[in-house]
Amino acid sequence: MSLRILKAGILDSIQDKGRYGFQHLGINPTGVMDKYAATIANILVGNNPGDAVIEMHFPVSVFLFDQSAIIALAGADFTATINGEFIPINQPVIINKSSVLQFHFIKNKTRCYMAVKGGFKCTKWLNSYSTNLKAEAGGIEGRKLLKDDVIELIDKYDFLKILGDNDFRILPWKANESWDEINNNEIFVLPGPEWDWLDVGTQQKFLSATFDITNNSDRMGYRLSGEVLHSVKKEELISSAVCFGTIQLLPDGQLIILMADSQTTGGYPRIGTVISAHLSRLAQLKPGEKIKFSFADHPVAESLILKQQLHLLQLQNACTFRLENFILENN
Amino acid sequence: MSYLPAYKLSPLGDSALLVDFGNIISRPVNDTVISLFKKIQSTPVEGMTEVVPGYSSLAVYYDVLRLRGKIEDGQTVFQFMKDKISVLLQEEFKPVADTETNMVKIPVCYEKEFATDLEWMSSQLRISTEEIIRLHTSNVYHVFMLGFLPGFAYMGEVDEKIMIPRKQQPVQVAAGSVGIAGKQTGVYPLISPGGWQIIGRTPVNMFNKNEKEPTLVKTGDSIQFYSITKDEFENIKSRHS
Repeated sequence: MSLRILKAGILDSIQDKGRYGFQHLGINPTGVMDKYAATIANILVGNNPGDAVIEMHFPVSVFLFDQSAIIALAGADFTATINGEFIPINQPVIINKSSVLQFHFIKNKTRCYMAVKGGFKCTKWLNSYSTNLKAEAGGIEGRKLLKDDVIELIDKYDFLKILGDNDFRILPWKANESWDEINNNEIFVLPGPEWDWLDVGTQQKFLSATFDITNNSDRMGYRLSGEVLHSVKKEELISSAVCFGTIQLLPDGQLIILMADSQTTGGYPRIGTVISAHLSRLAQLKPGEKIKFSFADHPVAESLILKQQLHLLQLQNACTFRLENFILENN
Repeated sequence: MSYLPAYKLSPLGDSALLVDFGNIISRPVNDTVISLFKKIQSTPVEGMTEVVPGYSSLAVYYDVLRLRGKIEDGQTVFQFMKDKISVLLQEEFKPVADTETNMVKIPVCYEKEFATDLEWMSSQLRISTEEIIRLHTSNVYHVFMLGFLPGFAYMGEVDEKIMIPRKQQPVQVAAGSVGIAGKQTGVYPLISPGGWQIIGRTPVNMFNKNEKEPTLVKTGDSIQFYSITKDEFENIKSRHS
Protein backbone atom coordinates (compact mmCIF):
# COMPACT_ATOMS: atom_id res chain seq x y z
CA MET A 1 0.00 0.00 0.00
CA SER A 2 1.43 3.26 -0.99
CA LEU A 3 1.50 6.70 -2.45
CA ARG A 4 1.69 6.84 -6.24
CA ILE A 5 2.76 9.71 -8.51
CA LEU A 6 0.16 10.12 -11.26
CA LYS A 7 1.85 13.14 -12.79
CA ALA A 8 5.32 14.55 -12.02
CA GLY A 9 5.86 18.04 -10.66
CA ILE A 10 8.77 20.33 -11.43
CA LEU A 11 10.90 19.39 -8.41
CA ASP A 12 9.49 17.25 -5.63
CA SER A 13 11.94 15.21 -3.58
CA ILE A 14 12.28 13.31 -0.33
CA GLN A 15 14.24 15.35 2.21
CA ASP A 16 14.88 15.12 5.93
CA LYS A 17 16.87 17.36 8.26
CA GLY A 18 20.03 16.71 6.23
CA ARG A 19 23.00 14.39 5.97
CA TYR A 20 25.68 15.55 8.36
CA GLY A 21 29.12 14.13 9.09
CA PHE A 22 30.36 13.63 5.51
CA GLN A 23 31.29 17.11 4.38
CA HIS A 24 34.99 16.27 4.77
CA LEU A 25 34.43 13.87 1.82
CA GLY A 26 32.84 16.62 -0.25
CA ILE A 27 29.37 15.16 0.40
CA ASN A 28 27.01 18.08 1.00
CA PRO A 29 24.24 17.80 3.63
CA THR A 30 21.27 18.68 1.35
CA GLY A 31 18.02 18.29 3.38
CA VAL A 32 14.90 20.45 3.51
CA MET A 33 15.21 24.12 2.56
CA ASP A 34 12.68 25.22 5.18
CA LYS A 35 13.42 23.15 8.27
CA TYR A 36 10.83 25.01 10.30
CA ALA A 37 7.91 24.25 7.98
CA ALA A 38 9.03 20.63 7.49
CA THR A 39 9.10 20.25 11.28
CA ILE A 40 5.57 21.62 11.58
CA ALA A 41 4.33 19.10 8.99
CA ASN A 42 6.01 16.27 10.90
CA ILE A 43 4.72 17.42 14.28
CA LEU A 44 1.14 17.63 12.97
CA VAL A 45 1.17 13.93 12.06
CA GLY A 46 3.06 12.82 15.17
CA ASN A 47 6.41 12.13 13.47
CA ASN A 48 9.81 13.14 14.81
CA PRO A 49 10.72 16.72 13.87
CA GLY A 50 13.60 15.80 11.55
CA ASP A 51 11.88 12.92 9.72
CA ALA A 52 11.65 12.62 5.96
CA VAL A 53 9.00 14.68 4.17
CA ILE A 54 8.26 15.40 0.52
CA GLU A 55 9.50 18.87 -0.41
CA MET A 56 7.37 20.24 -3.22
CA HIS A 57 7.79 23.10 -5.70
CA PHE A 58 5.05 24.47 -7.91
CA PRO A 59 3.79 22.97 -10.21
CA VAL A 60 3.53 19.99 -7.89
CA SER A 61 3.06 16.27 -8.61
CA VAL A 62 -0.37 14.66 -8.47
CA PHE A 63 -0.50 11.98 -5.77
CA LEU A 64 -2.78 8.97 -5.53
CA PHE A 65 -3.13 7.41 -2.09
CA ASP A 66 -3.67 3.64 -2.36
CA GLN A 67 -4.33 3.48 1.36
CA SER A 68 -5.71 5.80 3.99
CA ALA A 69 -3.19 7.90 5.90
CA ILE A 70 -2.79 10.91 8.14
CA ILE A 71 -1.02 13.70 6.26
CA ALA A 72 -0.15 17.33 6.87
CA LEU A 73 1.00 20.15 4.61
CA ALA A 74 3.08 23.09 5.80
CA GLY A 75 5.17 25.92 4.38
CA ALA A 76 3.86 27.29 1.09
CA ASP A 77 0.13 27.21 0.41
CA PHE A 78 -0.33 25.76 -3.07
CA THR A 79 -4.11 25.33 -2.65
CA ALA A 80 -4.30 21.58 -2.22
CA THR A 81 -7.38 19.52 -2.97
CA ILE A 82 -8.39 15.95 -2.24
CA ASN A 83 -10.65 14.67 -5.00
CA GLY A 84 -11.38 18.29 -5.90
CA GLU A 85 -12.18 19.62 -2.44
CA PHE A 86 -9.86 22.11 -0.77
CA ILE A 87 -7.85 21.19 2.30
CA PRO A 88 -5.91 23.62 4.49
CA ILE A 89 -2.21 23.68 5.32
CA ASN A 90 -0.97 23.48 8.93
CA GLN A 91 -3.70 21.03 9.87
CA PRO A 92 -3.66 17.21 9.98
CA VAL A 93 -5.91 15.56 7.42
CA ILE A 94 -7.00 11.93 7.18
CA ILE A 95 -7.10 10.97 3.56
CA ASN A 96 -9.11 7.97 2.42
CA LYS A 97 -7.72 5.26 0.17
CA SER A 98 -8.07 5.75 -3.59
CA SER A 99 -8.02 9.54 -3.19
CA VAL A 100 -6.11 12.04 -5.30
CA LEU A 101 -4.14 14.90 -3.77
CA GLN A 102 -3.24 17.73 -6.09
CA PHE A 103 -2.23 21.39 -5.99
CA HIS A 104 -3.68 24.23 -8.07
CA PHE A 105 -2.04 27.61 -7.69
CA ILE A 106 0.45 29.45 -5.51
CA LYS A 107 -1.30 31.34 -2.74
CA ASN A 108 1.98 32.21 -1.03
CA LYS A 109 5.61 31.17 -0.54
CA THR A 110 7.80 28.75 -2.51
CA ARG A 111 8.13 25.33 -0.92
CA CYS A 112 5.41 23.12 0.54
CA TYR A 113 6.12 20.12 2.76
CA MET A 114 4.03 16.98 3.07
CA ALA A 115 4.48 14.67 6.04
CA VAL A 116 2.72 11.32 6.28
CA LYS A 117 2.26 9.72 9.69
CA GLY A 118 4.82 6.92 10.15
CA GLY A 119 6.89 8.05 7.20
CA PHE A 120 7.98 6.60 3.87
CA LYS A 121 9.63 3.27 3.21
CA CYS A 122 12.86 4.20 1.46
CA THR A 123 16.50 3.37 2.10
CA LYS A 124 18.80 5.61 4.02
CA TRP A 125 22.06 6.66 2.40
CA LEU A 126 24.76 7.64 4.92
CA ASN A 127 22.25 7.97 7.75
CA SER A 128 19.81 10.20 5.92
CA TYR A 129 16.81 9.98 3.60
CA SER A 130 17.61 13.30 1.92
CA THR A 131 17.85 13.27 -1.85
CA ASN A 132 21.28 14.39 -3.04
CA LEU A 133 20.56 15.26 -6.67
CA LYS A 134 24.21 15.72 -7.60
CA ALA A 135 25.41 12.46 -6.03
CA GLU A 136 22.23 10.75 -7.31
CA ALA A 137 21.80 9.15 -3.91
CA GLY A 138 19.27 9.15 -1.08
CA GLY A 139 15.49 9.55 -1.32
CA ILE A 140 13.98 7.79 -4.34
CA GLU A 141 16.97 6.70 -6.45
CA GLY A 142 18.69 10.00 -5.72
CA ARG A 143 16.37 11.97 -7.97
CA LYS A 144 13.22 14.05 -8.00
CA LEU A 145 9.90 12.22 -8.02
CA LEU A 146 8.73 11.00 -11.42
CA LYS A 147 5.45 9.78 -12.87
CA ASP A 148 4.61 6.21 -11.73
CA ASP A 149 6.91 6.33 -8.71
CA VAL A 150 5.44 4.36 -5.86
CA ILE A 151 6.40 5.34 -2.33
CA GLU A 152 5.50 2.72 0.25
CA LEU A 153 4.14 4.00 3.54
CA ILE A 154 5.33 2.42 6.78
CA ASP A 155 2.21 2.75 8.94
CA LYS A 156 -1.03 1.02 8.04
CA TYR A 157 -4.23 2.53 9.34
CA ASP A 158 -7.80 1.72 8.77
CA PHE A 159 -9.90 4.80 9.37
CA LEU A 160 -13.11 3.19 8.16
CA LYS A 161 -15.00 4.20 11.29
CA ILE A 162 -14.02 7.86 11.04
CA LEU A 163 -14.11 8.27 7.31
CA GLY A 164 -17.06 6.19 6.28
CA ASP A 165 -17.72 7.17 2.68
CA ASN A 166 -15.89 10.48 2.97
CA ASP A 167 -12.75 11.12 0.93
CA PHE A 168 -11.04 12.87 3.82
CA ARG A 169 -11.50 14.40 7.20
CA ILE A 170 -9.74 17.53 8.44
CA LEU A 171 -8.80 17.19 12.10
CA PRO A 172 -9.91 20.12 14.22
CA TRP A 173 -6.60 21.57 15.37
CA LYS A 174 -4.23 23.88 13.58
CA ALA A 175 -0.56 24.75 13.98
CA ASN A 176 0.15 28.41 14.52
CA GLU A 177 3.17 28.95 12.28
CA SER A 178 4.21 32.39 13.46
CA TRP A 179 6.93 32.43 16.08
CA ASP A 180 8.40 35.87 15.57
CA GLU A 181 7.54 39.45 14.66
CA ILE A 182 8.41 38.99 11.05
CA ASN A 183 9.51 41.49 8.50
CA ASN A 184 9.86 39.19 5.54
CA ASN A 185 12.46 41.25 3.77
CA GLU A 186 14.89 41.76 6.60
CA ILE A 187 17.44 38.97 6.92
CA PHE A 188 19.80 38.89 9.88
CA VAL A 189 23.43 37.98 9.19
CA LEU A 190 26.64 37.50 11.11
CA PRO A 191 29.83 38.87 9.55
CA GLY A 192 31.71 36.21 7.57
CA PRO A 193 35.41 35.29 7.71
CA GLU A 194 36.20 37.66 4.79
CA TRP A 195 34.01 40.57 5.97
CA ASP A 196 37.14 42.68 6.32
CA TRP A 197 37.95 42.14 2.64
CA LEU A 198 35.42 44.94 2.12
CA ASP A 199 36.26 48.55 2.92
CA VAL A 200 34.02 50.51 5.27
CA GLY A 201 32.09 52.17 2.45
CA THR A 202 31.34 48.82 0.81
CA GLN A 203 30.37 47.30 4.15
CA GLN A 204 27.86 50.12 4.60
CA LYS A 205 26.50 49.55 1.09
CA PHE A 206 25.97 45.86 1.93
CA LEU A 207 23.97 46.79 5.00
CA SER A 208 21.94 49.66 3.52
CA ALA A 209 21.08 48.45 0.01
CA THR A 210 18.23 46.15 -0.94
CA PHE A 211 18.98 43.17 -3.17
CA ASP A 212 16.73 41.35 -5.63
CA ILE A 213 16.50 37.58 -5.67
CA THR A 214 17.09 36.74 -9.34
CA ASN A 215 15.61 33.93 -11.45
CA ASN A 216 18.94 32.21 -11.12
CA SER A 217 17.96 30.89 -7.68
CA ASP A 218 17.36 27.31 -6.61
CA ARG A 219 18.12 24.77 -3.89
CA MET A 220 21.84 25.34 -4.46
CA GLY A 221 21.85 29.06 -3.99
CA TYR A 222 20.10 32.41 -4.53
CA ARG A 223 21.85 34.75 -6.95
CA LEU A 224 21.14 38.34 -5.94
CA SER A 225 21.33 41.49 -7.99
CA GLY A 226 21.86 44.94 -6.61
CA GLU A 227 24.69 47.33 -5.76
CA VAL A 228 28.01 46.13 -7.14
CA LEU A 229 30.34 45.43 -4.24
CA HIS A 230 34.08 45.08 -4.54
CA SER A 231 36.65 43.45 -2.36
CA VAL A 232 39.71 45.52 -1.49
CA LYS A 233 41.78 42.35 -1.51
CA LYS A 234 42.50 41.22 -5.02
CA GLU A 235 43.85 37.80 -4.06
CA GLU A 236 41.95 34.61 -4.80
CA LEU A 237 40.50 32.81 -1.79
CA ILE A 238 41.71 29.24 -1.57
CA SER A 239 39.00 26.67 -0.95
CA SER A 240 37.51 26.64 2.53
CA ALA A 241 34.25 25.59 4.17
CA VAL A 242 30.91 27.15 3.23
CA CYS A 243 27.44 26.29 4.52
CA PHE A 244 23.70 26.86 4.13
CA GLY A 245 23.39 30.62 4.59
CA THR A 246 26.89 31.64 3.52
CA ILE A 247 26.85 34.89 1.50
CA GLN A 248 29.62 34.90 -1.08
CA LEU A 249 30.88 37.85 -3.11
CA LEU A 250 31.27 36.78 -6.74
CA PRO A 251 33.94 38.18 -9.08
CA ASP A 252 31.33 40.35 -10.86
CA GLY A 253 30.55 42.17 -7.60
CA GLN A 254 27.20 40.45 -7.05
CA LEU A 255 26.19 38.20 -4.17
CA ILE A 256 25.06 34.61 -3.87
CA ILE A 257 23.47 33.11 -0.76
CA LEU A 258 24.25 29.40 -0.56
CA MET A 259 21.23 27.24 0.24
CA ALA A 260 20.54 23.61 1.24
CA ASP A 261 22.22 21.98 -1.79
CA SER A 262 25.35 24.13 -1.66
CA GLN A 263 28.84 22.72 -2.06
CA THR A 264 30.84 21.90 1.07
CA THR A 265 33.67 24.29 0.23
CA GLY A 266 34.08 27.33 -1.97
CA GLY A 267 36.62 29.84 -3.18
CA TYR A 268 34.78 33.18 -3.05
CA PRO A 269 34.97 35.63 -0.12
CA ARG A 270 32.40 34.81 2.56
CA ILE A 271 31.24 38.21 3.64
CA GLY A 272 28.40 37.05 5.87
CA THR A 273 26.24 34.15 6.98
CA VAL A 274 22.47 34.26 7.41
CA ILE A 275 21.49 33.32 10.96
CA SER A 276 19.91 29.84 11.32
CA ALA A 277 16.56 31.16 12.52
CA HIS A 278 16.12 33.21 9.33
CA LEU A 279 17.01 30.44 6.84
CA SER A 280 13.43 29.16 6.80
CA ARG A 281 12.10 32.56 5.87
CA LEU A 282 14.72 32.94 3.18
CA ALA A 283 13.85 29.49 1.82
CA GLN A 284 10.27 30.66 1.21
CA LEU A 285 11.18 33.80 -0.76
CA LYS A 286 11.02 33.67 -4.53
CA PRO A 287 12.72 35.31 -7.51
CA GLY A 288 11.72 38.94 -7.83
CA GLU A 289 11.42 39.51 -4.09
CA LYS A 290 13.74 41.96 -2.36
CA ILE A 291 15.80 41.41 0.75
CA LYS A 292 17.79 43.62 3.05
CA PHE A 293 20.57 42.47 5.33
CA SER A 294 20.98 43.57 8.95
CA PHE A 295 23.69 42.54 11.33
CA ALA A 296 22.89 40.38 14.31
CA ASP A 297 25.29 39.23 17.00
CA HIS A 298 25.63 35.81 18.61
CA PRO A 299 23.34 36.54 21.59
CA VAL A 300 20.56 37.51 19.16
CA ALA A 301 21.19 34.66 16.69
CA GLU A 302 21.25 32.05 19.45
CA SER A 303 18.21 33.42 21.27
CA LEU A 304 16.24 33.29 18.01
CA ILE A 305 17.22 29.64 17.49
CA LEU A 306 15.93 28.97 20.99
CA LYS A 307 12.74 30.99 20.52
CA GLN A 308 11.93 29.12 17.32
CA GLN A 309 12.64 25.81 19.02
CA LEU A 310 10.43 26.63 22.02
CA HIS A 311 7.54 27.45 19.71
CA LEU A 312 8.00 24.09 17.95
CA LEU A 313 8.21 22.21 21.26
CA GLN A 314 4.97 23.74 22.49
CA LEU A 315 3.35 22.87 19.20
CA GLN A 316 4.70 19.34 19.40
CA ASN A 317 3.35 18.79 22.91
CA ALA A 318 -0.09 20.04 21.98
CA CYS A 319 -0.33 18.15 18.69
CA THR A 320 1.02 14.86 20.01
CA PHE A 321 -1.51 14.87 22.82
CA ARG A 322 -4.46 15.59 20.57
CA LEU A 323 -3.43 13.14 17.87
CA GLU A 324 -2.80 10.28 20.31
CA ASN A 325 -6.19 10.78 21.89
CA PHE A 326 -7.86 10.95 18.54
CA ILE A 327 -6.30 7.70 17.35
CA LEU A 328 -7.13 5.94 20.64
CA GLU A 329 -10.75 6.96 20.39
CA ASN A 330 -11.20 6.17 16.74
CA ASN A 331 -9.11 3.21 15.75
CA MET B 1 56.79 18.58 18.04
CA SER B 2 53.53 19.77 16.61
CA TYR B 3 53.57 22.93 14.54
CA LEU B 4 50.81 25.49 15.09
CA PRO B 5 50.92 28.49 12.73
CA ALA B 6 49.21 31.77 13.69
CA TYR B 7 45.45 31.50 13.35
CA LYS B 8 42.21 33.45 13.52
CA LEU B 9 38.98 32.08 14.99
CA SER B 10 35.89 33.49 13.34
CA PRO B 11 32.22 32.55 13.17
CA LEU B 12 30.84 30.77 10.10
CA GLY B 13 27.28 31.64 10.98
CA ASP B 14 25.78 30.85 14.38
CA SER B 15 26.41 27.10 14.21
CA ALA B 16 30.03 26.81 13.10
CA LEU B 17 33.37 28.42 13.65
CA LEU B 18 36.37 28.61 11.43
CA VAL B 19 39.98 28.11 12.47
CA ASP B 20 41.81 30.02 9.76
CA PHE B 21 45.59 29.74 9.27
CA GLY B 22 45.72 32.33 6.46
CA ASN B 23 44.95 32.33 2.77
CA ILE B 24 47.86 30.11 1.68
CA ILE B 25 48.54 26.79 0.01
CA SER B 26 51.34 25.41 2.17
CA ARG B 27 52.20 21.81 2.95
CA PRO B 28 53.29 22.41 6.57
CA VAL B 29 50.11 24.42 7.25
CA ASN B 30 47.94 21.76 5.60
CA ASP B 31 49.72 19.04 7.60
CA THR B 32 48.70 20.89 10.75
CA VAL B 33 45.11 21.16 9.46
CA ILE B 34 45.04 17.40 8.81
CA SER B 35 46.55 16.56 12.21
CA LEU B 36 43.96 18.70 13.96
CA PHE B 37 41.18 17.28 11.79
CA LYS B 38 42.16 13.72 12.73
CA LYS B 39 42.49 14.63 16.36
CA ILE B 40 39.10 16.34 16.56
CA GLN B 41 37.43 13.54 14.59
CA SER B 42 38.75 10.87 16.91
CA THR B 43 37.96 12.83 20.08
CA PRO B 44 35.02 15.09 19.18
CA VAL B 45 34.24 18.15 21.23
CA GLU B 46 30.86 17.85 22.93
CA GLY B 47 28.02 19.29 20.84
CA MET B 48 30.12 19.24 17.68
CA THR B 49 28.33 17.91 14.60
CA GLU B 50 31.23 17.73 12.16
CA VAL B 51 34.60 19.09 11.22
CA VAL B 52 35.62 20.04 7.67
CA PRO B 53 39.23 20.65 6.66
CA GLY B 54 40.19 23.17 3.97
CA TYR B 55 43.66 23.96 2.56
CA SER B 56 44.57 26.09 5.53
CA SER B 57 41.43 26.11 7.64
CA LEU B 58 39.18 23.92 9.67
CA ALA B 59 35.45 24.45 10.09
CA VAL B 60 33.90 23.08 13.27
CA TYR B 61 30.10 22.73 13.12
CA TYR B 62 28.11 22.50 16.34
CA ASP B 63 24.55 22.20 17.60
CA VAL B 64 23.45 25.31 19.49
CA LEU B 65 20.41 23.60 21.03
CA ARG B 66 22.45 20.72 22.38
CA LEU B 67 24.96 23.07 23.95
CA ARG B 68 22.45 25.54 25.42
CA GLY B 69 22.25 23.64 28.68
CA LYS B 70 26.04 23.64 29.10
CA ILE B 71 26.59 27.35 29.17
CA GLU B 72 26.33 29.88 31.93
CA ASP B 73 23.89 32.77 31.92
CA GLY B 74 25.10 35.62 29.80
CA GLN B 75 27.51 33.41 27.87
CA THR B 76 26.95 32.44 24.24
CA VAL B 77 27.35 28.96 22.80
CA PHE B 78 29.76 30.56 20.31
CA GLN B 79 32.03 31.82 23.10
CA PHE B 80 31.82 28.43 24.81
CA MET B 81 32.87 26.62 21.63
CA LYS B 82 35.53 29.22 20.85
CA ASP B 83 37.09 28.66 24.28
CA LYS B 84 36.95 24.87 23.84
CA ILE B 85 38.63 25.04 20.43
CA SER B 86 41.28 27.50 21.66
CA VAL B 87 42.21 25.10 24.46
CA LEU B 88 42.30 22.21 22.04
CA LEU B 89 44.60 24.11 19.68
CA GLN B 90 47.09 24.69 22.47
CA GLU B 91 47.28 20.98 23.28
CA GLU B 92 49.95 18.79 21.75
CA PHE B 93 48.82 16.91 18.64
CA LYS B 94 50.38 14.21 16.57
CA PRO B 95 52.21 15.65 13.54
CA VAL B 96 50.94 14.16 10.30
CA ALA B 97 54.44 12.97 9.33
CA ASP B 98 54.22 10.48 12.20
CA THR B 99 51.01 8.95 10.95
CA GLU B 100 50.78 6.59 8.02
CA THR B 101 49.74 8.02 4.70
CA ASN B 102 47.67 6.00 2.33
CA MET B 103 49.10 5.68 -1.21
CA VAL B 104 46.58 5.48 -4.07
CA LYS B 105 47.61 4.85 -7.68
CA ILE B 106 45.15 6.14 -10.26
CA PRO B 107 45.20 5.05 -13.93
CA VAL B 108 44.66 7.83 -16.47
CA CYS B 109 44.13 7.61 -20.21
CA TYR B 110 45.71 10.75 -21.70
CA GLU B 111 44.49 10.03 -25.23
CA LYS B 112 43.04 12.80 -27.36
CA GLU B 113 39.34 12.02 -26.98
CA PHE B 114 39.53 12.40 -23.19
CA ALA B 115 42.28 15.06 -23.00
CA THR B 116 40.24 17.96 -24.33
CA ASP B 117 42.74 20.67 -23.31
CA LEU B 118 46.04 18.79 -23.63
CA GLU B 119 46.99 19.99 -27.11
CA TRP B 120 46.08 23.58 -26.30
CA MET B 121 48.20 23.33 -23.13
CA SER B 122 51.06 21.88 -25.12
CA SER B 123 51.05 24.83 -27.51
CA GLN B 124 50.60 27.38 -24.68
CA LEU B 125 53.40 25.96 -22.57
CA ARG B 126 55.59 24.95 -25.53
CA ILE B 127 56.07 21.46 -24.16
CA SER B 128 55.16 18.25 -25.99
CA THR B 129 52.05 16.40 -24.85
CA GLU B 130 54.30 13.41 -24.03
CA GLU B 131 56.35 15.60 -21.71
CA ILE B 132 53.22 16.96 -19.99
CA ILE B 133 52.06 13.36 -19.40
CA ARG B 134 55.51 12.35 -18.17
CA LEU B 135 55.61 15.28 -15.73
CA HIS B 136 52.03 14.74 -14.54
CA THR B 137 52.71 11.06 -13.78
CA SER B 138 56.12 11.54 -12.16
CA ASN B 139 55.10 13.51 -9.04
CA VAL B 140 53.51 11.99 -5.99
CA TYR B 141 50.68 14.33 -5.03
CA HIS B 142 49.34 15.21 -1.64
CA VAL B 143 45.57 15.44 -1.10
CA PHE B 144 45.15 18.81 0.61
CA MET B 145 41.39 18.54 1.03
CA LEU B 146 38.11 17.23 -0.42
CA GLY B 147 35.34 19.59 -1.44
CA PHE B 148 33.32 21.07 -4.30
CA LEU B 149 31.79 17.69 -5.28
CA PRO B 150 31.47 14.35 -3.47
CA GLY B 151 34.94 12.81 -3.69
CA PHE B 152 36.64 15.76 -5.41
CA ALA B 153 40.23 15.87 -4.12
CA TYR B 154 42.37 18.99 -4.34
CA MET B 155 45.87 17.62 -5.00
CA GLY B 156 49.24 19.21 -5.52
CA GLU B 157 51.60 20.39 -6.38
CA VAL B 158 52.22 19.83 -10.07
CA ASP B 159 55.62 20.45 -11.66
CA GLU B 160 55.88 24.18 -12.32
CA LYS B 161 56.48 23.49 -16.06
CA ILE B 162 52.86 22.27 -16.38
CA MET B 163 51.18 24.86 -14.17
CA ILE B 164 48.35 26.53 -16.11
CA PRO B 165 45.53 28.91 -15.13
CA ARG B 166 41.97 27.68 -15.05
CA LYS B 167 39.46 28.61 -17.76
CA GLN B 168 37.61 31.94 -17.58
CA GLN B 169 34.27 30.21 -18.09
CA PRO B 170 33.48 26.75 -16.73
CA VAL B 171 32.41 24.11 -19.28
CA GLN B 172 30.63 20.77 -18.81
CA VAL B 173 33.19 18.16 -17.78
CA ALA B 174 32.75 14.36 -17.92
CA ALA B 175 33.04 12.17 -14.82
CA GLY B 176 36.60 10.91 -14.35
CA SER B 177 38.18 13.92 -16.08
CA VAL B 178 41.66 14.77 -14.80
CA GLY B 179 42.50 18.45 -14.71
CA ILE B 180 45.10 21.04 -13.77
CA ALA B 181 44.46 24.50 -12.31
CA GLY B 182 47.49 26.51 -11.23
CA LYS B 183 49.63 24.19 -9.19
CA GLN B 184 46.67 21.97 -8.33
CA THR B 185 45.54 18.79 -10.01
CA GLY B 186 42.35 16.80 -9.47
CA VAL B 187 39.76 14.41 -10.85
CA TYR B 188 36.08 15.28 -11.38
CA PRO B 189 34.18 12.41 -9.72
CA LEU B 190 30.88 13.32 -11.40
CA ILE B 191 29.74 15.11 -14.51
CA SER B 192 29.86 18.78 -13.59
CA PRO B 193 30.60 22.28 -14.79
CA GLY B 194 34.32 22.80 -14.29
CA GLY B 195 37.07 25.28 -15.10
CA TRP B 196 40.17 23.12 -14.83
CA GLN B 197 42.21 22.26 -17.96
CA ILE B 198 41.42 18.65 -18.83
CA ILE B 199 44.38 16.41 -19.74
CA GLY B 200 42.93 12.90 -19.42
CA ARG B 201 40.33 10.65 -17.86
CA THR B 202 40.41 7.87 -15.29
CA PRO B 203 38.18 4.79 -15.65
CA VAL B 204 38.02 4.24 -11.86
CA ASN B 205 35.24 5.67 -9.71
CA MET B 206 36.46 8.49 -7.50
CA PHE B 207 33.03 8.42 -5.88
CA ASN B 208 30.80 5.39 -5.44
CA LYS B 209 27.66 5.88 -3.40
CA ASN B 210 27.29 2.11 -2.87
CA GLU B 211 30.62 1.69 -1.08
CA LYS B 212 30.87 1.92 2.68
CA GLU B 213 33.65 4.44 2.10
CA PRO B 214 32.16 6.30 -0.86
CA THR B 215 35.28 8.23 -1.90
CA LEU B 216 38.40 6.62 -3.38
CA VAL B 217 40.77 9.07 -1.72
CA LYS B 218 40.78 11.02 1.51
CA THR B 219 42.39 14.18 2.78
CA GLY B 220 46.05 13.48 3.55
CA ASP B 221 46.42 10.59 1.08
CA SER B 222 49.29 10.38 -1.42
CA ILE B 223 48.34 9.99 -5.06
CA GLN B 224 50.24 8.95 -8.15
CA PHE B 225 48.79 8.84 -11.64
CA TYR B 226 49.93 6.34 -14.27
CA SER B 227 49.28 6.37 -17.98
CA ILE B 228 47.10 3.71 -19.63
CA THR B 229 45.93 3.07 -23.20
CA LYS B 230 42.40 3.39 -24.48
CA ASP B 231 42.05 -0.42 -24.42
CA GLU B 232 43.17 -0.61 -20.81
CA PHE B 233 40.76 2.23 -20.02
CA GLU B 234 37.82 0.30 -21.48
CA ASN B 235 38.95 -2.84 -19.71
CA ILE B 236 39.10 -1.24 -16.28
CA LYS B 237 35.91 0.70 -16.95
CA SER B 238 33.96 -2.49 -17.67
CA ARG B 239 35.18 -4.01 -14.42
CA HIS B 240 34.17 -0.94 -12.41
CA SER B 241 30.67 -0.41 -13.69
